[in-house]
Amino acid sequence: MNIKQSIRYDSERSNEFTKEVMARPGGEMIQACIQCGTCSGVCPMSNYMDRTPRQIIYMAREGFGDEVLRSRTIWMCTSCYACTVECPRGIKITDVMYALKRMAMERGTYPQRFPTSTMARDFFNMVRKNGRINESRLGFLVFLKTNWMRLLTSAGLGLDLIKTGRFSLKQEQIKSKNELNSILSGNGRPE
Amino acid sequence: MQYSYYPGCSLKGSGRAYEESVLAVFDHLGIELKEIDDWNCCGATAYMSVDERRSFALAARNLAISERDMPESPMVVPCSGCYVTLNKTCHVVKDYPAIKDDVTKALDRAGLKWKNQVPVRHPLDVLMQDVGLDRIKEAVVKPLKGLKIAPYYGCQIVRPYAEFDHQIHPTSMDRMFEALGATVVHYPLKTKCCGGSMTGTAPEVGLRLVYLLLKEAAKREADLMATVCPLCQFNLDAFAKEAARAYGPVNMPVIYFTQLLGLAMGLSEEKLGLQRNIISAKNALKGAAAAAAR
Ligand code: SF4
Ligand code: SF4
Repeated sequence: MNIKQSIRYDSERSNEFTKEVMARPGGEMIQACIQCGTCSGVCPMSNYMDRTPRQIIYMAREGFGDEVLRSRTIWMCTSCYACTVECPRGIKITDVMYALKRMAMERGTYPQRFPTSTMARDFFNMVRKNGRINESRLGFLVFLKTNWMRLLTSAGLGLDLIKTGRFSLKQEQIKSKNELNSILSGNGRPE
Repeated sequence: MQYSYYPGCSLKGSGRAYEESVLAVFDHLGIELKEIDDWNCCGATAYMSVDERRSFALAARNLAISERDMPESPMVVPCSGCYVTLNKTCHVVKDYPAIKDDVTKALDRAGLKWKNQVPVRHPLDVLMQDVGLDRIKEAVVKPLKGLKIAPYYGCQIVRPYAEFDHQIHPTSMDRMFEALGATVVHYPLKTKCCGGSMTGTAPEVGLRLVYLLLKEAAKREADLMATVCPLCQFNLDAFAKEAARAYGPVNMPVIYFTQLLGLAMGLSEEKLGLQRNIISAKNALKGAAAAAAR
């Protein structure tokens, strides 16, 4: 029998992780959380999260880095800012979610074939290359990589969009790509 | 007054009816919108999930170009996603000197200067505050009598900064539609999130949210829903059939607030892009007109 430890020992918590979250814009205030649960209550996505936003804030500040970064929650957050404007302690929960997404990406702990993180990457690359997004192409790419069956179930949708003149595979590009390149290079971490 | 105009990727793609109706309405009111030269994608939520610092520099390029070419003009941004991203960039650069430094250097490499002096405004805000309901009323030639509208604001137009309306109970659109002669139904989900890109990435979640929003409008006996965001419109219109297959029948057209405004001003359905709806609003509009005539 494979017995797994489900609760952490105190010595396994990581202060470094807490400090890192607090060093990112929006994360400064997590220590002020009173665990009231308002954020979880107003969150439209909490029904679908494996940990509620309140739990994420708690675990982040107590140094449960691994659990937080592997949680599906951060990828279910749609950045609707409902939690942020309702939090009685002024914690920018949405920004904390962003910070955790980036930390998960940096460490490579994000769910590999989970469409939300895949889409974020593809989006990033498309902007990097062309300066603009083509939604039809992006959607196609994400479906292809994560759940190609949906291409079949969504065939009707494609037709509807074509009929109404809202579908296009033409990649829009900006003219001054050099300008964009110099803005995006050498800034922050190396590529 | 002249405004600079940032369309963003959606308004050139699946949300083109929004661009068509925004341009038509502003033109009709005699307000000039000048598209920003060679604008780039704002980065939206996805870019920020991958690289925060670069995402601010990416958004700031648009603000810098707008400031350079039209220093006196506020920037009009119809897409809620772009609106919040560009606004956030202005705020964060003000609040965090280290990020300001980064963004300044990045723009400098491209020969751009930015003083962070361009206000980022939503067309709903401009229409309500700068144009005003009196001027809008004067322009109405075909009042929307008998039409019952559920005003749906979604999330990112009012949150987190609340530049021009309440964060959870906004009323701008409500007041506008009443001025156009329409009836506004009580719609408690007016600022509930539409799920964003979840319809594509996690359909079991996204479709459910779409269904809940449409169903609530139907329960409140609205003829149609009005939106201010291309992503909301896309989700609620393009995924309506799939949501209905999964959760039950619902038929609720969703159109842009600028399309309603244009109709009341007597502009043609064609010019306002109404033919681009997948769930057509034409019967709802005709039915309301007929009921009003009786
Ligand atoms: S709403 Fe704020 S204070 Fe309350 S649990 Fe959430 S983060 Fe903590
Ligand atoms: S911003 Fe994210 S965590 Fe906060 S309420 Fe919205 S979906 Fe939930």
